[in-house]
Amino acid sequence: MSPAAGFEFLDSVTSDLSFVARGATLEEAFAAAAEALLAATLENPEVLRQGLRRPLALEEPDLELLLLRFLNELVYLRDAEHLLLRPERLRVEPGEPARLEGELAGERIDRGRHRLAGEVKAATAHRLRIGPRDGGFELEVTLDV
Amino acid sequence: MAPPPSLRRLGPASFELPQGFRPGMRVPVRVFGSEKLVAEMDDEVFRQAANVATLPGIVEASYCMPDAHWGYGFPIGAVAAMDPRSGVISPGGIGFDINCGMRLARTDLTWPEVQPRLAALVDALFARVPTGVGARGTVDVDAEEFREVLTLGARWAVRRGYGTPEDLLTTESGGSFEGARPEAVSERAIERGLHQIGTLGSGNHYLEIQVLRPGGLFDADLARGFGLDRPEQVVVMFHCGSRGFGHQVATDYLQLFLRAMPRQYGLPVIDRQLACAPFASPDGQDYFAAMCCAANMSFANRQVILHRVREVFSDVFGRSAEELGIRCVYDVSHNTARLESFRDGRGERRLLVHRKGATRALPPGHPDLPPAYRETGQPVIIGGSMETGSYLLAGVESGGGCFFSTAHGSGRTMSRTRARKLVRGRDLEKKLAQRGIRVRAASRRGLAEEAGFAYKDVDEVAEAAERAGLSRRVAHLLPVGNIKG
Repeated sequence: MSPAAGFEFLDSVTSDLSFVARGATLEEAFAAAAEALLAATLENPEVLRQGLRRPLALEEPDLELLLLRFLNELVYLRDAEHLLLRPERLRVEPGEPARLEGELAGERIDRGRHRLAGEVKAATAHRLRIGPRDGGFELEVTLDV
Repeated sequence: MAPPPSLRRLGPASFELPQGFRPGMRVPVRVFGSEKLVAEMDDEVFRQAANVATLPGIVEASYCMPDAHWGYGFPIGAVAAMDPRSGVISPGGIGFDINCGMRLARTDLTWPEVQPRLAALVDALFARVPTGVGARGTVDVDAEEFREVLTLGARWAVRRGYGTPEDLLTTESGGSFEGARPEAVSERAIERGLHQIGTLGSGNHYLEIQVLRPGGLFDADLARGFGLDRPEQVVVMFHCGSRGFGHQVATDYLQLFLRAMPRQYGLPVIDRQLACAPFASPDGQDYFAAMCCAANMSFANRQVILHRVREVFSDVFGRSAEELGIRCVYDVSHNTARLESFRDGRGERRLLVHRKGATRALPPGHPDLPPAYRETGQPVIIGGSMETGSYLLAGVESGGGCFFSTAHGSGRTMSRTRARKLVRGRDLEKKLAQRGIRVRAASRRGLAEEAGFAYKDVDEVAEAAERAGLSRRVAHLLPVGNIKG
C-alpha cells in the first residue's frame, strides 16, 4: 500500500529542523515537503487563504536538486514578496534534468492572523534524500532555521 | 555519541584526529574543548571536520572549536585556512547566514538605575527592532542605495546618520569588507534583503540587556580596557546577520558550485553541502565578492540596530545616548571567509580563513587591531542562551595556533523539535520572569526552542576556550531583558 501523504519533524538531530515527507507519488511527497516548510514557518497553517496564485516552472540537474530548488523558491517568495504559499497543482518529472511545473496558492503574510514561528533561512543539501518507500516516495530535508 | 577511538590528546583542552581517519585527508583534524565537551560532540562533527580536511589547499589542520556541533558541510564551530592559489572557497564553510555576528555596547548605567524601567526598555526595544518572520526593516532604501549598503557596510549606515564614526573603529574591519562587488549578487538576493535592514530575524538571534554582576568579572584590567568599568554595569548585546540577503547569496552559489564542481573543476562532491570552487577561479572570486556584500549588509544591519538601541534608551531615560555613555565595545562576525596574513618561522603567508561559527580573536599588539585595543587584544563576544548569559573574552598570543580563532556561542545539544516537546514557550516566559528576566518574543514556539537546556554549558565553553589557549575570559554577562523572533 502506498504511504499516506504527510510529514513529520525529526527530533534526532541536535540542530535546526529536519523532516521526513512521504507521498504515493513524487508530486504528493513534494507537496508534503512544502507543507512541512509551511509548518516550520507558521504555527497555524490551517488559516492560510489560497487567494493569490503564482505559476512555477523549475529545471535542475537531478531530482534532489529540484526538491531543494523548489523549497528555496518558497523561502525566496516569503522574503521577497511576503508570500506564504503551498502548491495547488504540481507535476514532477524525474530524470536528468528533472523538471517541476505547477501553481502555488496562498496569501501575503498577515501578522494579525498568522501565528508566525521560525524564519527558515534555507533548505539545505544536508542528508537530503529521495527514495522509494512502500510503493510510493519518501524524502528527508534539513532546514536551516 | 562517543569520540572516535583514534582521537588523541594534544594538550589540556586540545585533541587530534590523525590524517588516516578517513581517506583523502590532507591535514589532521584538531579539536579544542574539555574532555566533557568533546565527549558530548555529535559523531557527525568528527566526520564533517574530516571531510573538510580533504578540501584542496587546506593548510595545517581542520579545526573544531569547543562549541562545535554538526552543521552543513562544515561543522558549526569550524576553522579552515586555504592557500588562496591552490585552495577552494566553500559556502558551507561560512554558513547560510553570512557574517552572522555579535555586537556589544556598554552604557554608563547600572542595574539599580535600569531595573525600574526594564519593562519599558524591553517593550520599546521590541517595538523598534523588528523581529521574526516577515518583519520589515526600519530603513527604506531603493535597490540602488541597497547596492551602496553592500559596498560600504556600516560606513553606509554612519553616513546616513545611524551611528558615529567611533562605532566603525570598534567594528571588525571598520564595518566594511573590501572586495564587495554588487554585480556578483543576484537580483533575487537583493529582493530578499531590500526591506530587512535593521531587523533581528528569528531562531537563535536575540537582543539582550545584560548586567555585569560582581561575580562575573574575570579580568578587571581588560574589562576596564573594554569600557566595563563599574559594578552592576548594564550592557546591550545582540546577535544577528545578513538576513534573507545573505541566505540567498549562499543558496545561489551553492547551487552554482554543485553544477560546476564535477563538470568544470573536476572536484569530487563528497557532501553536497561541502560544495566549493577554486578560490582563484571566476566562480570562486564572484562568490567571495558576493560574500563580502553580505558581510557588509550584516555590518549595516547591526549598526542600524545599535542606533535604534540608542534611540530607545535615550527616550526612556530622557537623556542623549552620549550622556548615557552608550558606546560600541565591539562588533565581530562568526560566519565569514577572509584573506588574512600570518607571520611565522616560514615568513609571511596570506591565507583564506573560513570561520563558520568561530570568532576571530586577535592578540595584543596585532597590527589589524584598532588603537583602543592594541594593548588589550581584540574583544571576543560569545553568546550564550537567554538563561545562562554570555561572555566577553579577549584574543591572546597563543591563539596563533588556530589562526587567531575561538568559539562563538554555546552550541545546541538538542533539536528544536525536542526542546518544544519539553517546555512550552508561555511557561518558559513565566519561569524567566520569576528569575527577573523580561522576554518579548515574536513567536512563543520559537522561544521554547531556545530554552537554556537545549544548549551546551556556556561556562564550560568559555573556560575550555581559555584552557586551549584560544582566548581569555574577561567578563560573564547575565541577561535581564531579551527580545527575539
